[in-house]
Amino acid sequence: MIIATIIGMAIVTMVPRFIPAFIMEKISLRPWLNRWLNAIPFAALGALIFPGIMTVIPERPLVGITGGVVAMLIAFFNLNVIFAVIGAIATVFLLTM
Amino acid sequence: MGHTEAQSINSQSRKQAIKNGAVAGFPIFLGYMPISIAYGVLAQRSGLTIFETTMMSLLVFAGAAQFMATNMIAQGAAAIQIVIATFVLNFRHFVMSMSFINRIRSFTMRWKFGLSLGLTDETFAVSSLHGEEAKKNYGRYFYLSLILVAYFSWVFGSFIGAIIGDTLPRALSESMGIALYAMFIGLLVPSVKKQWRLGLIAGSSMLLNVLLVEWVQLEQGWSIVLATVFGSLLGIPLLKEEDV
Repeated sequence: MIIATIIGMAIVTMVPRFIPAFIMEKISLRPWLNRWLNAIPFAALGALIFPGIMTVIPERPLVGITGGVVAMLIAFFNLNVIFAVIGAIATVFLLTM
Repeated sequence: MGHTEAQSINSQSRKQAIKNGAVAGFPIFLGYMPISIAYGVLAQRSGLTIFETTMMSLLVFAGAAQFMATNMIAQGAAAIQIVIATFVLNFRHFVMSMSFINRIRSFTMRWKFGLSLGLTDETFAVSSLHGEEAKKNYGRYFYLSLILVAYFSWVFGSFIGAIIGDTLPRALSESMGIALYAMFIGLLVPSVKKQWRLGLIAGSSMLLNVLLVEWVQLEQGWSIVLATVFGSLLGIPLLKEEDV
């Protein structure tokens, strides 16, 4: 039964992922549509970061925020993303010790 | 731009493309490892076998949905409920795929189809910030390698988590929860530094997301989809064609 659930999950996850491969062929690309599609990664990043980051430690939203600020500072100096990740993990670890 | 210059920028060997893709995917590899291990541990506790735990990662490859599913399985939810909830939570990948496929327009259908199956929040974000690869020779191998590195990390980590069970110190596994958020921030900040308008787009989508979750009480899956679709509308007046 769990395997059936997993297969169902796989189908409803895969289909929305690949449908655009077929429909984008048929859409003629206006410049405004292009700009919209190019903005999607940045809008998605915004929505993925906030307010979700406050739930890292659900009962202490400020811990997630502080980790995020540390990641921001590190990223501001154009260091590789990995350093932002490590810095944020260390911050949350220290704050929850 | 002179003809020769354009050529030198676009020419890379397949090997280089694969290597560059793996390097770009490495932060995802690191970010996925602790989270997939945590998923494996949780799935075990919810009563999934090692095989089922790993199969879910292999076939679904969507972190948030898998955490939710294992929780629902533990609570005895019906299969159809879990499948519908997964659809809602993962529908954002449809929007992301539209944007990604648009960027790789020149690829053959086979490649578009194959690469689209590997889209997650993380592989989409990193791929989009390497949009220039789509114009290079063997650019498709860059994306393939990036996605496979992430995929391997996710599946392998789940398997490890299922085997080791609950042996990770709690403080450490809790702190790892920030990893992917930090990665998203690490991806966003350099782009905003170059183009403040991109920060405006991300910021308004954050705000929309808060409004939709807190005031409209929308499910998280839909609120991310709507915030992304409407937040990115700002790109139409704000961005220039060659901006991103």
